[in-house]
Amino acid sequence: MVDNENEPRLPSTPLPQDSQWAAFAAGLSLIASVPSLVLFATALGFGALARDGGFTLGQAAFLSVGMFALPNQVVLVDQLARHETLAAAALAVTLTAVRLLPMTVTLAPLFRGMRARPLLETLAAHFIAITTWIESNRRLPALAPDLRLPHHLGSGIGIALMLLLGTLVGYALVGRLPTIVAAALLLTNPLYFILSLVATSRLRMDVAAIAAGCILAPLLYLVAPGFDLLATGLIGGTLAFLWGWERT
Amino acid sequence: MSALDDGFGGYLSLFLAGILATEVWRWLGLVVGNRLDVAGAPLQWVRAVATALVAGLVTRMVIFPAGALANVPLAVRLVAFAGGIALYFACRRNLAAGVAGGAGLLMAAQLVMR
Repeated sequence: MVDNENEPRLPSTPLPQDSQWAAFAAGLSLIASVPSLVLFATALGFGALARDGGFTLGQAAFLSVGMFALPNQVVLVDQLARHETLAAAALAVTLTAVRLLPMTVTLAPLFRGMRARPLLETLAAHFIAITTWIESNRRLPALAPDLRLPHHLGSGIGIALMLLLGTLVGYALVGRLPTIVAAALLLTNPLYFILSLVATSRLRMDVAAIAAGCILAPLLYLVAPGFDLLATGLIGGTLAFLWGWERT
Repeated sequence: MSALDDGFGGYLSLFLAGILATEVWRWLGLVVGNRLDVAGAPLQWVRAVATALVAGLVTRMVIFPAGALANVPLAVRLVAFAGGIALYFACRRNLAAGVAGGAGLLMAAQLVMR
């Protein structure tokens, strides 16, 4: 209509509040994506593993929501199911979780918009794990600084829901699935982890660490069960570091 | 048989050994932020240790598995696992192809061997 010509045009950028929710929704849409489906399948495996290990449904869900890091969850459940002490399990978990430090260090600066929001940034850090890290690393730099935190929170909550859902379904399905399918579900865990490692490896050192870990773990499991994962990480990682460090 | 009791003690154990042991590195990462040199030697070493540990976990899960996977012969597990990795690269580093392909190979092999 002709009258509208004199009306002020909408600002080219939407209102801040609206765009933050839109960024959150865009992040949440990660729930319907290929990485999300892969994570779901992996979470099915975790739920099955937790039940096989003698954990309750509530405990499995508690770990998925509270830890939000499938490899660590698997380490914890695996160690406790093998009747390792709580201290040994905690040590293995925390060593596995060290990889979250460099991941958080690289994403944290992106969370800071115009002003600091410590609580939301801490919540956003909780949602850093391999899937969300890969996606946010890819998506956040292209967004306006103020939209990065809501976008990551959306991705995190979406992926957390998939993780929880997969855990619950995997737990419920154990015993009701043909053993052929159950075995295949359990294989999705190691496959997803090794492929995630490969996908995020950039240096020679990373590749060397993967190879050293794969070779050392079965040997050390036979020689020193209980300490095998720690020893694998420390020996294999140090060797890879020394080898890779000299070359770069 | 339960690995932990279902009461407060069990949840407290999981909180300490699982949630706190994991979350502390995220908090530290947030505090350190861009003040730490990610490419520096200490973090690189930590990264290498963590990578080797997860790779070790993966190998242990395939070679000494728990649950239903233990009933599958070792050779089949290894072939399906390697097949998944090969499919990942064959499909231009496609994560879904690798995971679904490996799981599919394991099911197919078990069906054929029955």
